[in-house]
Amino acid sequence: MNQIGALIRVFAYLSLLTVGGGMAAFPELEILTVNVHHWLTFPQLIHLYSVGQMAPGPNMMMIVSIGEWVAGLGGALAVLIAFFLPTALFAFASGRVWRRLEKWPWRSSIQRGLAPVSIGLLLAGCLAIAKGALTGAVTVSIMVVVCAILLRSRINPALLVLGGALVGLVALR
Amino acid sequence: MSEPVESGAAPAPSPVTLGQIFATFLLIGATSFGGGVVAYLRGGLVGKRRWIDDRTFVELLSISQTLPGLNATNMAVLVGDRLRGAPGAIAAICGICLPGALLMYTVGMLYHEHGDRPLVTAMLHGVAAAAVGLILATTVQLGRKSVDGAVDLVFVLLAVIGVNGLHLSVPYVLLGVGALAIFWHRPRGTSDGEGGR
Repeated sequence: MNQIGALIRVFAYLSLLTVGGGMAAFPELEILTVNVHHWLTFPQLIHLYSVGQMAPGPNMMMIVSIGEWVAGLGGALAVLIAFFLPTALFAFASGRVWRRLEKWPWRSSIQRGLAPVSIGLLLAGCLAIAKGALTGAVTVSIMVVVCAILLRSRINPALLVLGGALVGLVALR
Repeated sequence: MSEPVESGAAPAPSPVTLGQIFATFLLIGATSFGGGVVAYLRGGLVGKRRWIDDRTFVELLSISQTLPGLNATNMAVLVGDRLRGAPGAIAAICGICLPGALLMYTVGMLYHEHGDRPLVTAMLHGVAAAAVGLILATTVQLGRKSVDGAVDLVFVLLAVIGVNGLHLSVPYVLLGVGALAIFWHRPRGTSDGEGGR
């Protein structure tokens, strides 16, 4: 019960930080789940997060795994609702208000201002996960190759991530 | 684009049923492997079914990216609302979340039991490195579209330095750099609605 309350608080808070994408919340996700609540270790978080990038749908579904570890099915449901309900309500309300604000001059200021900040937060999250995920020449090479291929072609990223799994199987044992 | 529309808030009546909305978003939620849900959404909503036009899609996407929340779920809520109001939004977000949630629930349990096997760890190590490459590529592609000029780059850097260098927590950086960036891009040149200059 206690744990479910903590899960709800943590994930409702995290959801509000996901401006631009889930990655923006990663630094706080790490601090709260690993350092503060000890729900999992940093390597475990990185593993779940990376596997979650392959899963279909919204790319933060790994939070369900954390909820399940901490408090079973109830924990998984609590996390889902805490993480998606607040931002869904916010999006719903904003979507309706937004249209009426078409002539409000600050509307485009907010959009143009938050765009670079959200890119910065995504990069910051990327760096935070890279610190744990890139541990040597092999992992850095995987990262560089995957990034380069994705920037040049339209291949499905899931295939490249699977490729990373195979390279890991052979070279990182 | 410029004329004020009085007809306002109510979503246009449409022949799309709640079941169709749920099924469509469920399909997108089950097949959009490897991130990039936005591309699948565009294919499913604008391309195949013509539920919304391309201009509306881009507009809703820009709202989704500005608001907190994942692009995929924000888009589901906004499109669902346009199609069938609040029930449409609920059907859409449930549909897009369900497959991934079930999958990660199962994966989490399996990982909990077998995650410490050396073979699994080696594989996940490779997966994590590839995921960093994927996230970086996605961010670069997004940045190419939305980062405009040297000043925007400064805001990007300020956010990165704030979080990774100074270890400030994300909300402070978001509010601080966000306010600065919004102020920089403040409305200019209009006579009304602005204080001093």
